[in-house]
Amino acid sequence: MQTILAVTDPEFWIVNLGAWLTGWFEPAWRPWIQALLQAAALVGGFATLFAVTTILERKGLGRIQNRPGPNRVGPFGLLQPAADGIKMLTKEDIVPARADKIVHFLAPIVMLAPVTLAFAVIPYGREMTPMPLDAGLLFFFAVGAGSELAAFMAGWSSRNKYSLLGAIRAIAQMISFELPLVLSTVAVVMMAGSLSLVEIARRQAEYVSFVPQWHILTPWGLAGFLTFFTAALAESNRSPFDLPEGESEIIGGFMTEYSGFKYAIFFMAEYFGMFAVSSLAVVLFLGAWSAPLPGLQFIPSYVWFGIKLMGLLFVFIWLRGTLPRLRADQLMSFCWKLLLPMALINIGVAAGWHYSRDWSFPAAWGCRWFLGLAGVGLPFMGLAWGLRRRRGWGPRVYRYAE
Amino acid sequence: MQSDFFTLVCWGVMAAAAIAMMMRRPVHAVLVFVVSLVGLAVIYLQLRAEFVAFAQILISVGAVAILVVFTLLLTRNGGAEAELKRTAGSAIVGLAMAGLVMGCIGICVLASSAVETSGAVTPATVRQIGEALMTQYILPLEVLGLLLTAALMGAVILAMDPARRHNERKP
Amino acid sequence: MWGQGIIKGLRVTARNFFGSYFHKSRLVTVEYPEQKRPTPENNRNFPFLVYDGDDPEKGLRCVACKICEKECPPQCIYIVPEKDERGRPRKHPHLFDIDISVCMSCQICVEVCPFDAIKMDQEYELSRSNRFEGLLLHKRDLAKPNAYYRQIHPTEASLVDAELEQARQQQAAKEKPAAGATAGPGQPPQ
Repeated sequence: MQTILAVTDPEFWIVNLGAWLTGWFEPAWRPWIQALLQAAALVGGFATLFAVTTILERKGLGRIQNRPGPNRVGPFGLLQPAADGIKMLTKEDIVPARADKIVHFLAPIVMLAPVTLAFAVIPYGREMTPMPLDAGLLFFFAVGAGSELAAFMAGWSSRNKYSLLGAIRAIAQMISFELPLVLSTVAVVMMAGSLSLVEIARRQAEYVSFVPQWHILTPWGLAGFLTFFTAALAESNRSPFDLPEGESEIIGGFMTEYSGFKYAIFFMAEYFGMFAVSSLAVVLFLGAWSAPLPGLQFIPSYVWFGIKLMGLLFVFIWLRGTLPRLRADQLMSFCWKLLLPMALINIGVAAGWHYSRDWSFPAAWGCRWFLGLAGVGLPFMGLAWGLRRRRGWGPRVYRYAE
Repeated sequence: MQSDFFTLVCWGVMAAAAIAMMMRRPVHAVLVFVVSLVGLAVIYLQLRAEFVAFAQILISVGAVAILVVFTLLLTRNGGAEAELKRTAGSAIVGLAMAGLVMGCIGICVLASSAVETSGAVTPATVRQIGEALMTQYILPLEVLGLLLTAALMGAVILAMDPARRHNERKP
Repeated sequence: MWGQGIIKGLRVTARNFFGSYFHKSRLVTVEYPEQKRPTPENNRNFPFLVYDGDDPEKGLRCVACKICEKECPPQCIYIVPEKDERGRPRKHPHLFDIDISVCMSCQICVEVCPFDAIKMDQEYELSRSNRFEGLLLHKRDLAKPNAYYRQIHPTEASLVDAELEQARQQQAAKEKPAAGATAGPGQPPQ
């Protein structure tokens, strides 16, 4: 990130600003100062996005539900996050008397820290990756595992059997949906030939006769994106998979015994998780920072990234306002019986797409697309038809504990 | 400075493991042990083995620790009141056993041919690991897959409905 | 089965979202307290005392007969009739208190009042800062003019006014032959 770009590059201002700031220090200090600046920019940027997303979500859900949403604080209610922040900060911090104090204190921190780490490997612009790692995708999933441990810590340390139940359900959901999440990215890694997110983004930035080479514009990419997005919904405990925090079910799940700022940190960690998986979906499938058409490249690349990210966040909010919550067993069977086979089949379809890329007879493109869609669609229909509820209503059977 | 950092991390890993063994509650021991595992991942990163480091975090923290924690939760009445009884004798025996095991492993490691005294280490890229897995180490990979499939099937059978299992046992 | 239900649902909510900016009729809520929904005519909350004319003391219809106090199920009405110089009760309440933290809006007091003096009000913005003295309404708070009664319950008020007018005419017709017997032949009694 220390390259000095020409004025014509749209990313000129941000990258050169970073280089100018680090130039004030001696060379020995520069890596540390650069890391500090990047961390500050990331945390500041995403915390602002968190505030904006809370108000967007409340207004969006309101409009979906035929009501205006909050409109008292500030013009059109846009200062509502400030009011929410003040409320969260000034609330009394209640820790249950029987709770395990140290683990109870550490759980929100262990929840937030890995998710914030995950932002470091994502390419936000053409030369704008805070930490360009060779195995960036693996790093992303590795640090995502920390939030499951934090959910357990939160539920167990509260010494509340309902928090514990919520924590068990949350962890079961998170580890189950990690499988389709990771497997749906295997197809992308296969086609791009690298685990590095920078490389994956670079490969999608090419244009073949005005068509961007985004992965979503291929049959395996479309199916992979849908699988990834559904698993991402479940990973970040969002509707319709928000059983761990369903208010009408178990109050707050593993977050029940947290109040004030600690609850705000859990809330922030959940939203940061949402941003992280959305950013990853943008990078893997939607072409990261590349513009849809070659002529639109004068708009800076990070702006395109931002537009795509906001689009995905809008879909998150849209789904939350539309779908009812899934029950625990419906959730589990959806993951293991539908998403996991689809992710595995998607890998096969991606391989088929790769090996048929040299076809050049007249209807080759249509043929490849037809075969790809059939390869993904027919198993989907077969699974959907085969997994219908066929249980008839028989006499009730009681099983007692022996 | 590199070796200072390495020494620091090594001491950190060992201290975390020792503290984990001294913890009264099993859940606390697991959580401190996770710190020790993350320390190991930091050592791998120092050796420029990124893939191994992230795989270590993913598997140790994301799978092994969760598994241990779940087992504690589901078997030892919530893992809350279970305190292990310790006497002075148990500490001496424990230290002796630890010393014995560490001595054996140390002798084996130092006497083996895997330890090279040259300082340069070439970082293994993911591509090299992938190619090695698919060509040179394909048999261990498949055997591991078979082992994991057996484990998965065992887990499914354990978790299955007893009624269905009974029905399936009938010919 | 194949997700078409989800797609339909998404289309409905998208139409709600974008339509709410163009067709304000999609927003079915009112922004209280700037906008208030009009209450239906039969809506009732707590009772009030009706007075005819302009003077709340002289025009008060209540004669302190204490029937409503006796019939009130939670006993939230407290009446002390006015006494004149010799200690005889006057047909006017000295104190008329209703404790609206106790009142259950059953309307029995309205049904049993023979003088149409107490009727149900529709006011619901009754929050106070004191839940003991603040929720005890006295005669001066409860007395409201007949014009107000006509405004909130038009049909009911016109029926009551017609009845009262008829009773007044009957009274006047009864008194007329007594007055006409001394003056001259009057009309035959109705």
